[in-house]
Amino acid sequence: MSIKEKFVIPGRFNTISIALMGLGVLAIIGLYITTHGSGGTAEEKAMHDARFWASLLQNSVYFLLVVNASMFFICATTLAWGGWQMAFRRVPEAISAVVPVIGVIALAILLAINYGDNHTIYHWTDGEHVKHDKILNFKKGFLNKDFFTAMTIFTVAGWSLLGWKMRKLSRSLDERPLPTIAERKNYIWNNTVWAALYIVVFALTIMSSIPWLWLMSIDAHWYSTMYSWYTFASTFVAGMALIALFIVYLKNKGYLELTNDEHLHDVGKFMFAFSVFWTYLWFSQFMLIWYANIPEETTYFKPRAYGPYSGLFWFMFIINFIAPLLILMRRNSKRNYTTITFMAVLIIFGHWLDLYQMVFVSPMTDSKTGETHVPNLLWDFGVALGFVGLIMFVTGRALSKYPLLAKNHPFVKESVIHHT
Amino acid sequence: MSFTFKLNIGSRVYRDLEFFIWNLYNMSVQKFITGNFYDEEVLFPAIKKTRRAGYKIHDVFTPFPIHGLDKAMGLRDTSLHTAGFIYGITGTATAVGFITWALTMDWKLNFGGKPFFSLPAWIPVTFELTVLFAAVGMVLTFCYLCQLAPFVKKDHFNPRSTDDTFVMALECTNKTNEEEAIRFLQSIGAADVQVQYKETGWWLGRYDKDTKRFEKKTELESAH
Repeated sequence: MSIKEKFVIPGRFNTISIALMGLGVLAIIGLYITTHGSGGTAEEKAMHDARFWASLLQNSVYFLLVVNASMFFICATTLAWGGWQMAFRRVPEAISAVVPVIGVIALAILLAINYGDNHTIYHWTDGEHVKHDKILNFKKGFLNKDFFTAMTIFTVAGWSLLGWKMRKLSRSLDERPLPTIAERKNYIWNNTVWAALYIVVFALTIMSSIPWLWLMSIDAHWYSTMYSWYTFASTFVAGMALIALFIVYLKNKGYLELTNDEHLHDVGKFMFAFSVFWTYLWFSQFMLIWYANIPEETTYFKPRAYGPYSGLFWFMFIINFIAPLLILMRRNSKRNYTTITFMAVLIIFGHWLDLYQMVFVSPMTDSKTGETHVPNLLWDFGVALGFVGLIMFVTGRALSKYPLLAKNHPFVKESVIHHT
Repeated sequence: MSFTFKLNIGSRVYRDLEFFIWNLYNMSVQKFITGNFYDEEVLFPAIKKTRRAGYKIHDVFTPFPIHGLDKAMGLRDTSLHTAGFIYGITGTATAVGFITWALTMDWKLNFGGKPFFSLPAWIPVTFELTVLFAAVGMVLTFCYLCQLAPFVKKDHFNPRSTDDTFVMALECTNKTNEEEAIRFLQSIGAADVQVQYKETGWWLGRYDKDTKRFEKKTELESAH
């Protein structure tokens, strides 16, 4: 079997990715004009401004976490001594190369919101207000501008650097086979150590503090201990869906000869399992609050599950749980390119909606009247398409630079004979 | 999939039912030719050749699961998943149905001012019952399909299939030429080729009567 060494970016792929990025830029400009063009009182202006920044925040954070899930997948499988993913490992590697790019964008947006005195989104940045707010005053040690900045920079830098190191380790074997067993063991050990380091950073960031800072602090009075796990599950399942999309795309173009239905089946299992896992966390968070019925906790679900966002909320629940559960349950659907593609797109969109309702409710609430409304989703969708274009663009380039198979990795054979 | 019990789990449901009824009147005995293989590298091409030659593989017995064996033998997917799904749905329906009936019709209780029909509170129990029904149902179905039960003495074509060899059993039909089949098995790398007669069909409480098993041997042989 002849192996096509490197991915050659087709002209159409390039055109589409650039067109999507252009669309994203246009959407951002359009959104800026529509939100800042109209006059009104200072409060109305602040709300419009918040709507603009909330869109950027939601999209950049969501897509950053989704592409970062690829590196988590690599490190988790490395730690588990998994070999089955070696046939397509260069795909998540290439996707994780987007992390520094979107990381810088997200960093800029987060710091702009943090220091831009945009109190509608992060109202804990308002020093005057915090003084009189008992709850926020109590949380001041964690929710303050400096800690937010430090943690955000640490996160983006940590993910980017450790991801870069993991990719470098993988590429270091391309020209250098490992003839002896001792060398191979040494290589695996090296990989394991770096993967473990990444997992530690990952646990300290996305699995605990980062969703609290970036997303949960939008509803600064409210808190949930499930929140970070919930965000992680949401973005991880979308990340697996993204990997599946790229695998199917490359397979259809005739690349990844050694990746077959068995590998796709396992990726599909990840999509299925983590959809259920996401639901488990979603329900755990929802039911405890619903059951206890304490006003300061139910404020979170009131506008979401029972208020203006209820349509979006339950729609999102159906496409993130019911659809994957029923469609991906069958073995054949996990081995079928069409169903996998359809479900992957659906899952990525569904979790985008999930983050949408997590971010937008609070900035869209009038502080005086307490009324909430749903903004026009099309603008945000346009911004999302821009990020999709960016992911395609950078991933395509990363794929084309290096061989598509890490052929000298000690576990490659395990992947070639993989059987589910 | 391929332990020492029968491999083609799903396809047996119908046949077992058929045999059950059939065997109430008639015990049938079938002729098999078995051969031992010591290596997977030999076994896989052998299966391929046997299927191409047109012999009917009754089953292949191995001491441990071998990946890809079901595919090589051309077995269809097991229906155990479908059964599990149906059991799970049954569990869900049972839980939701019973709790709904109990808490909204039969014995209404006020829990913290919640409505009587409080679906979120019932989800954990519903989930547990779904898992319980699916798990227990699938285990029982599995045991049924593999003909496993306490105190049932399993029959082995060759006891070494539980130890260190892979045993392939060919099912003979009226058209099978015994000599030819034996020579064929030997030619594809089988050792210790034997001709065996086994009672087919329903198994419960039958296999311990070893003496009765080969009673009809001569009859069957004369019939051929």
